[in-house]
Amino acid sequence: MDRTLDFYQFGFLVLKTVFIFAITLVHVAFTTYAERKIIGRAQARFGPKEVGPHGILQPLADFLKIFGKEDIIPQSAYQPVFKIAPIIVFAFTAVNLTVIPFEQGFILADLNVGVLFILASASLAVYGIILAGWSSNSRYSFLGGLRSAAQVLSYEIALTLSLASVVLMAGSLKLSDIVVAQHNSFFGFYAIPQIIGFVVFVIAAFAETNRTPFDLPEAETELVAGYLTEYSAFRYALFFLGEYTAMYIMASLAALCYLGGWTVPKYVIAILPFLKWIPGWVWFLLKVYLFIFLYIWVRATFPRYRFDQLLSLGWKVLIPLGFVNLFITILFKKLFA
Amino acid sequence: MVLQGLFLYFALMILGTGILGITQKNPVKSLLWILLTFVHLGGLYLLLNAEFLAVVQIIVYAGAILVMFLFVIFLLDLKEEEKGEVFLKSWQLRVWAILLLVFFLVIGGLNYKIFYQGPYTIEFIEKEGHSKALGLVLFSDYVYPLILLGFILLVPLIGIGIMLFGRKTNGSS
Repeated sequence: MDRTLDFYQFGFLVLKTVFIFAITLVHVAFTTYAERKIIGRAQARFGPKEVGPHGILQPLADFLKIFGKEDIIPQSAYQPVFKIAPIIVFAFTAVNLTVIPFEQGFILADLNVGVLFILASASLAVYGIILAGWSSNSRYSFLGGLRSAAQVLSYEIALTLSLASVVLMAGSLKLSDIVVAQHNSFFGFYAIPQIIGFVVFVIAAFAETNRTPFDLPEAETELVAGYLTEYSAFRYALFFLGEYTAMYIMASLAALCYLGGWTVPKYVIAILPFLKWIPGWVWFLLKVYLFIFLYIWVRATFPRYRFDQLLSLGWKVLIPLGFVNLFITILFKKLFA
Repeated sequence: MVLQGLFLYFALMILGTGILGITQKNPVKSLLWILLTFVHLGGLYLLLNAEFLAVVQIIVYAGAILVMFLFVIFLLDLKEEEKGEVFLKSWQLRVWAILLLVFFLVIGGLNYKIFYQGPYTIEFIEKEGHSKALGLVLFSDYVYPLILLGFILLVPLIGIGIMLFGRKTNGSS
């Protein structure tokens, strides 16, 4: 095999990795700020406005504060698992950044099974949440972990079904191939022909990332903070970093699989030719921001589901819809290909 | 050399975590060791250029089946079982278990071929892509076993349906 790396290539790869992770962490930090600002406006408040102009340095202040806190570990907790659980969540979420193409050719590892890799590491990241609930040895945490297990088990099927139709349409599991296939398709992106799948994907993505209206594992009105109850200081912050990174991963996946990634539909370029001078990563970021805004908007708008409602929505609505969408996709692929 | 080292690591970890998994008294702890076993099995598939199988191994076994086991363990209160013995007590059962293991070892040894080369070489898989090669084999050579497996998996689904509908009529009457 000729996959040997020389020193400069290796150095470049390390630089690229550090760059991507740094950019993502800055984004995550300012997403918390954006979330508080947008929800504030949605509820006719100002949101944070004291630290820096318009409160723009609020994430920095939060970061400094959480570093100064004491790391408390409950005496009855199962220590090795309790300590490693936040790291599992963050590590298996952040590793997804390696397979996401931000621009034509700008990707850390262009895997042949990129879509499945994201699904696999998402399903491993859930262990962090379940184990955090179990090892805390507290009833609130345990209930949070239990809810997380049931929720993820139900919504992962819907998520996989909706992505399966995309994979069928593109004919590849490689994320960059999916984007290219979308660019060459009639509509330019898959959100229109795969409208059912797109809706299923968006709802399942909300549930996968434990965001409102599906944030039952950490429902603060019933479970204090669910699996987060016994955590403090930096381990608590790691859970939050994991959650917001997961939001960005899901937003990127939506942008890549349904909204055309770094490309713009050909007919748009034909009408407005000056748009082709805008680099691809700007389009990609715009699509991701759109999805992140949707996350925050939904959080400001919808109340939380009850747990039986959540399960029946997953099993009785989303999974049948995902199957219907898959069958329609197969039928069209068979008839028109 | 690196590949052999990696194989050694994965093989030893699979054996070690597997043994740790069956010797734990706490079911959650033993499940965690089994989780590590599954993840390392995925790594072993990766060494064989079978990236699709590796990822599916993690999605299906680590992501779905083990989470379901964990869920069941959480729902059942297993405080009593934790105090019991982990291994078989009667020597007759132990002998039977050993005989069963020897039987599988002999069957496996009889079917073992050294330097076996099928039509699907590494060059073919690297050219065609592993997912495509797997799909071709699965839906052409092994299509009847696949359909049969589908029917077998349908049976518990029907069973659950019957159970649920039966309960609904009982509740209303």
